[in-house]
Amino acid sequence: MTPPPEILGGLESPEYASHDRAAHAPYAPVFVAGSAARRELDELMPRYPHKMATLLPALWILQRERGWVSEEGMAEVAALLDLTPAYVKGVVTFYTMYHQHPVGKYFVQVCTTSPCAISGAEEVAKAFLRHTKAGELGVTSADGRFTVIEVECLGACGFATPVMINEEFIESVTPEKVPQLLSRLA
Amino acid sequence: MGYPYQPHHRETTVLSQYFGVAEARTLDGWKKRGGYQALEKALGMAPADIVNVVKESGLRGRGGAGFPTGMKWSFMKQGDGKPHYLCCNADESEPGTFKDRELMRWTPHALVEGCAIAAYAIGAETAYVYIRGEFTEPLHWMNEAIKEAYAAGLIGKNAMGTGKRIDVHVHKGAGAYICGEETALMESLEGRRGNPRIKPPFPAVSGVFGMPTTINNVETLIAAIPILMNGADWYKKMSLSNPKSTGTKLYSVCGNIARPGTYEVVMGFPFRDFLYDVCGGPLPSKKFKAVIPGGVSVPIQSMEEADATLMDYEGFVAQGSMLGSGGVIVIDNAQSMVAVIARIARFFAHESCAQCTQCREGTAWTTKIMERIRDGHGTTEDLDTLLDIAEQMTGKTICVLSDSCATPVVSGIKKFRSEFEELIQGRRFHPVVSAVA
Repeated sequence: MTPPPEILGGLESPEYASHDRAAHAPYAPVFVAGSAARRELDELMPRYPHKMATLLPALWILQRERGWVSEEGMAEVAALLDLTPAYVKGVVTFYTMYHQHPVGKYFVQVCTTSPCAISGAEEVAKAFLRHTKAGELGVTSADGRFTVIEVECLGACGFATPVMINEEFIESVTPEKVPQLLSRLA
Repeated sequence: MGYPYQPHHRETTVLSQYFGVAEARTLDGWKKRGGYQALEKALGMAPADIVNVVKESGLRGRGGAGFPTGMKWSFMKQGDGKPHYLCCNADESEPGTFKDRELMRWTPHALVEGCAIAAYAIGAETAYVYIRGEFTEPLHWMNEAIKEAYAAGLIGKNAMGTGKRIDVHVHKGAGAYICGEETALMESLEGRRGNPRIKPPFPAVSGVFGMPTTINNVETLIAAIPILMNGADWYKKMSLSNPKSTGTKLYSVCGNIARPGTYEVVMGFPFRDFLYDVCGGPLPSKKFKAVIPGGVSVPIQSMEEADATLMDYEGFVAQGSMLGSGGVIVIDNAQSMVAVIARIARFFAHESCAQCTQCREGTAWTTKIMERIRDGHGTTEDLDTLLDIAEQMTGKTICVLSDSCATPVVSGIKKFRSEFEELIQGRRFHPVVSAVA
């Protein structure tokens, strides 16, 4: 008899939980005049009638450069786009893909939404937790290399289970494939 | 289909014919396959004539609501002196749906072309393609395609040398299911939290940046290309059922089925043949138990209903569900319906924007009660409570996310009540067939 699949985490799942912010270097501005990041943002401006529309793209650039979106980063973007830091924080907290805390070098997102759940996604998530030694969802492994989270629908349900490792999108992952996927990573 | 399997002989591959053909991703490859001829033709026509052809073809929105596309385009008032915008909804995040991902990663130029045609037809100079942030591969190919199209002068300030300006831009989302709701998408595009807006005003009057806007799904925009090339009558003829549903439809098939993937069949195709023949039927030694035919927001179908369904907008409604986005989730007898529905509820609780009380509280409590029943701690009263909450969540909020959470719960309790009761009465769920290694 197979018991009903037990769902990991839950509404209270501590995503991006334990991390010591003080361990990280002081904030260095990303969009300084003349920088590649600033040029990239300036090139986006004419696409929209209002500056504010470049907020999501600006946050993406910030996260790419810094690894996460800190309060200082939000303040920098706010000043650039004539917004308040509180407004920017409101936007950042709405979207799940902006990291509000530092995450591991490899950020692993395992889809466990219904279609994947009935195709064995939970075992894939458990395999990642085991092999990365992260142990718990949303917690970064002790060596700082891995953070594993459950993600809601990656939009590749026919290729269950899809997994994202940073920007890499991997289809049809099974628990057996997990060690090999991880061994490629530096 | 074409990827990862060869197309089935009963499919009609119009939009999906180049899936798996890497060459079709490039401008040269796309042109070799007749690419940008439709745009050239369109730019030689009056915008109103394009709208009429699309209207005549019977094309309806492929994102879920099924609104007639030509009519939507005709709501855009020409010559009002305001900038018009086209938004392409590529925020595909309805669980079970992944057809737009395939369209964008195999035929990105088709979407650029479709956007340009629609933008011209509605009098817009700018089209935004809002792609969800998780879609790294579609984002890559769309960016490449747009770059190539600009370099070749197909779009830009002098599109195809006609002196007309058509800009197409990709806008990357950041992980929010609700941004697939049209007004939430516009809020997000403007740089705000993705909270849906109250309608009216409708987007055609006041959409993104407060200007007249048309928003269409990826598949809808791409479907306009063959319609312009082959004519409305050709499209209308692709229907086995009724004149209200025309053309071909892409279905994303997933869950407990032999060959999951993206399939394209004509409207009115028998659902039974689709599931058992085209998609290869159940997994070895299993039986189908239920189907969710249009993404998790639509009512669950029993197999009796599914077997009797003709696959079109009206056909799914006649058998207790909806076509939705065409995300077919197949559930077999090794699964607990209660666990499946609990997981769906948790998805909606996670994705509620929390603007409306009924949704914010309703999705969270539905999840808690569903998970309690799943874990064997439910009470008989819980079923009535769930139905009562569902009642409060239906038709009372700004957008339909709340209704979408209530739908699988209500249809699940109605059609699979015994599974709920067995768990409540302390009998665990017994899969009919034990798991095969």
